Amino acid sequence: MTATMGGTTTSAMGGIVRRKEDPALIRGQGRYVDDIKRNGELAAAFVRSPFAHATITNIDSSAALAMDGVRAVYTIGDVRHLGPLLAQVPVGKLRPLLADGVAKHVGEAVAMVVADSAAVAEDAAGAVVVDYDPLPAVIDLKEAAADTTKVHDDLDSNVLVTWVSHDWWPGVFDELEDHRPAIEEAKQRDDAVVVSLEMTNQRLIPVAIEPRAVLAEWSHGYGTVDLFSSTQIPHALAGAVAKTFGLTSHDVHVVAPEVGGGFGCKLNIYPDEILVTFASKALNRPVRWTETRREAAFSTIQGRGWVATATIVGTKDGEILGYELDGIADMGAYSQNFTVAIPVLGLYVAQGQYDIPLAWSIKCVATHTQTTDAYRGAGRPEAAYYVERIIDAYAREIGMDPAEVRKKNYFSADAFPATTAIGLTMDSGDYAMSMDALLEHAGYEALKAERDQARIEGRHVGIGISSYVEVCGFAPSVLAEFGFGWDHYGLPSSFSGSGLVRVNPDGSATVIIGTGPSGQGHKTTWAQVVHDQLGIDYDKIRVSHGDTAESPMGVGTFGSRSAAVDGAATFEAALKVKKRAADIVAHLLEAASEDVQFADGGAHISGSPGHKVTWAEIAEVAYKPHKGPDGMEAGLEAHAVFSPGNATWPFGSHLAMVEVDADTGNVEILKYIAVDDCGNRISPMLVDGQLHGGIAQGVGQAMFEEARYDEDGNLLSGSLVDYPLPTAGDLPSFDLTHTTTPTDVNPMGVKGIGEAGTIGSAQTIVNAVVDALAPLGVKHVDMPLRPRKVWAAIQEAKG
Amino acid sequence: MSVNGQSVSGDVEPRTLLVHFIRENLGLTGTHIGCETGYCGACTVHMNGTSIKSCSMLAVQADGAEISTIEGMADGDNLHPVQEGFWERHGLQCGYCTPGMIMQAAYLLEQDNAMSEDDIRHGLEGNLCRCTGYHNIVKAIEYAGAKMRGEEPAPAEWETSA
Repeated sequence: MTATMGGTTTSAMGGIVRRKEDPALIRGQGRYVDDIKRNGELAAAFVRSPFAHATITNIDSSAALAMDGVRAVYTIGDVRHLGPLLAQVPVGKLRPLLADGVAKHVGEAVAMVVADSAAVAEDAAGAVVVDYDPLPAVIDLKEAAADTTKVHDDLDSNVLVTWVSHDWWPGVFDELEDHRPAIEEAKQRDDAVVVSLEMTNQRLIPVAIEPRAVLAEWSHGYGTVDLFSSTQIPHALAGAVAKTFGLTSHDVHVVAPEVGGGFGCKLNIYPDEILVTFASKALNRPVRWTETRREAAFSTIQGRGWVATATIVGTKDGEILGYELDGIADMGAYSQNFTVAIPVLGLYVAQGQYDIPLAWSIKCVATHTQTTDAYRGAGRPEAAYYVERIIDAYAREIGMDPAEVRKKNYFSADAFPATTAIGLTMDSGDYAMSMDALLEHAGYEALKAERDQARIEGRHVGIGISSYVEVCGFAPSVLAEFGFGWDHYGLPSSFSGSGLVRVNPDGSATVIIGTGPSGQGHKTTWAQVVHDQLGIDYDKIRVSHGDTAESPMGVGTFGSRSAAVDGAATFEAALKVKKRAADIVAHLLEAASEDVQFADGGAHISGSPGHKVTWAEIAEVAYKPHKGPDGMEAGLEAHAVFSPGNATWPFGSHLAMVEVDADTGNVEILKYIAVDDCGNRISPMLVDGQLHGGIAQGVGQAMFEEARYDEDGNLLSGSLVDYPLPTAGDLPSFDLTHTTTPTDVNPMGVKGIGEAGTIGSAQTIVNAVVDALAPLGVKHVDMPLRPRKVWAAIQEAKG
Repeated sequence: MSVNGQSVSGDVEPRTLLVHFIRENLGLTGTHIGCETGYCGACTVHMNGTSIKSCSMLAVQADGAEISTIEGMADGDNLHPVQEGFWERHGLQCGYCTPGMIMQAAYLLEQDNAMSEDDIRHGLEGNLCRCTGYHNIVKAIEYAGAKMRGEEPAPAEWETSA
């Protein structure tokens, strides 16, 4: 069921239309990078380190070069002059384009082979002989933080940076109070209850179903590079390639065609993108590389990877006096795009929905593993997990209903705009309303009775709930100085949005946006926005994206930012077009511009619907200025850049009911109910689609997924055999409901929904499983809750 | 072999996978490669009326076989009911797993066009989707099943909501 439970929707919002994206995709006509061919293509393959840490003493390419069809074998000496891979937050060790003397993680690229076909390149890669002297590797986060083994000899410590809540951005937030002393004092109160748990938020592999792929064609004649890449950030890639090769950004034409899932893992500049460009330039041929699934675990970033201790101090009647989180986050060996900044996104939502003192400290630590970076939620699922798990443990400790404890500590609805402990302002929210909606929709009391009855029957049924607050569309502009911009890719900018709306001479509209979506449905959503503003038929609006040659500068699709930032820009561009079109209509119908209304494929004068013109008629005048009002600017298009004054802060409440088979440890999800609030919804259908997928990824973390390394740094779960994703048979249908609390941060009142489901769900499942096992004495089980682990926890609790 | 009703032939290296033959030799790029180990199902096609994973079979093993791919599902402007269901019920987002999903769903519905939700879910276990959480894929297949039975599909969730 989907219902609007509060707030209002404008006419812009709430329409259901079939997606514009789908006709090609359901016919198998979607064009992904691997479906695009260029004449004379060569293919690349990589030689990768089998060791997590090893000195490379020799690379012998002679056998490979002697093979038929092999064009080149490149090592670091060939590309060192291009510098390390550019990173937007260059804290830590930047990744060399190929291993430079020492390999720092299993799967690090050591050499690149270019050949006439992918098969020949693969064969030749196997013929490159690399001599290694293995060195000790550090994988365990606590050992890495203690510098027992250094990852990089030229860095002082494996600890690259420590993010502390009261001192996270000196110079901008200097007046933040350190809540630690007050929290320590609270622990000494006679009525204090202190609950503490060390918990792991395990490393994950994003697994977009389309592996990454890139095709580069350098043209010496035109002085340009065409680059087709499965990326979420086409403009940033153009900037990075231009900067690396000494070009200007418009010399690099990046196309992100259909992108088969991103989830943050395609929000990065990758060495392979630079290297195929280099090879294309050197060999004067187009060069392609497509990742294999096995390779993706080594060549594409991973996410999460935290171990931290969460502590709540509160009273016996549910008043929280302070929350502490102290831990370590795994950065992997090299820092790429945002690597060390990801935990900061967790800090944004560290205190969840609770108006409580916060003391938070996360060390960003290098290990001999693949780089971590943004994976759906990026820091926020981790933060939500810790606060929501520990609040559950606290509720259990004091014998209070977990929903009641939460409600007792929420920011109240009248606190908004509310200031967080780290000095940020949350735009709008009504958290108690959300929880009440969840409890009512779920029939919470009846579910509890059902659970209790099951327990009497000897079954292990549990209910878990979670609140969450999310942050989307990072803003304001000054955050660019923190690193949230594309300055290091040669494109000084903040995370603003852009949109261009063009009415063509035949009255159709073309919308061009700078973002590069990966399944979110931008063509549909943006067409709805423009249709609603201008009244041009939905079928006569075409939306283009992902091509840097034709689109205005765009930041990319990530951080659930597109609708709230780029959507708002397109909305404003449409308003500009509307204003100019109104002057034309007023001229044609001999009325005042302010009385012109747009609807149903044209415009009419307010109060006289019969007095109208079509968009074709308006467009003809726009392109034949002699027919328009004196002094009219010819043409009819507008571009807008929208730079929001704040981020948006969606929120929600989730509930899961599970049953655990105590004999096997198997967990079955009986029900999953979610109430989410992303402000106004442009397309409720797409919003629910994002939620279903987002929740499934959170459930995947809770129950199945784990990037597991052994102590030598070998990845034990690099294929889909040992890295199980949730299948259709593993999941129930999720029951989604909404509340609507618009934001005033943008003119559409929309917040963002891409990551909310993931941020709200993992802890909901774990809370439910712990609730099911609490009668047996289980207090916590680390994710993923696979049967063996759950069974072991049951045995341990039984003693 | 025959592909989508057309007779095709080609000389390939013995190690060429069926999926590579379909994509590279025939240019039918709707069949996708997601894992090359038979787990993700993006490469699902029909061979002699059975759904198979074309990344887990050599092209030469399909010598003489009748193959159907996603490109053969629609009849001109007339979509296959499963394609229609995916469009009507928002059964896809990025679209990469979609051809394989549609082929598997069409195969399942050919066996039984009145499958339960549970049977649909288990029938899709060899096809991974990272975007949708499967919810709307199941709804899409239920829609297609109804169409194939000559019944009116249940209204979409968003049509029945407040």
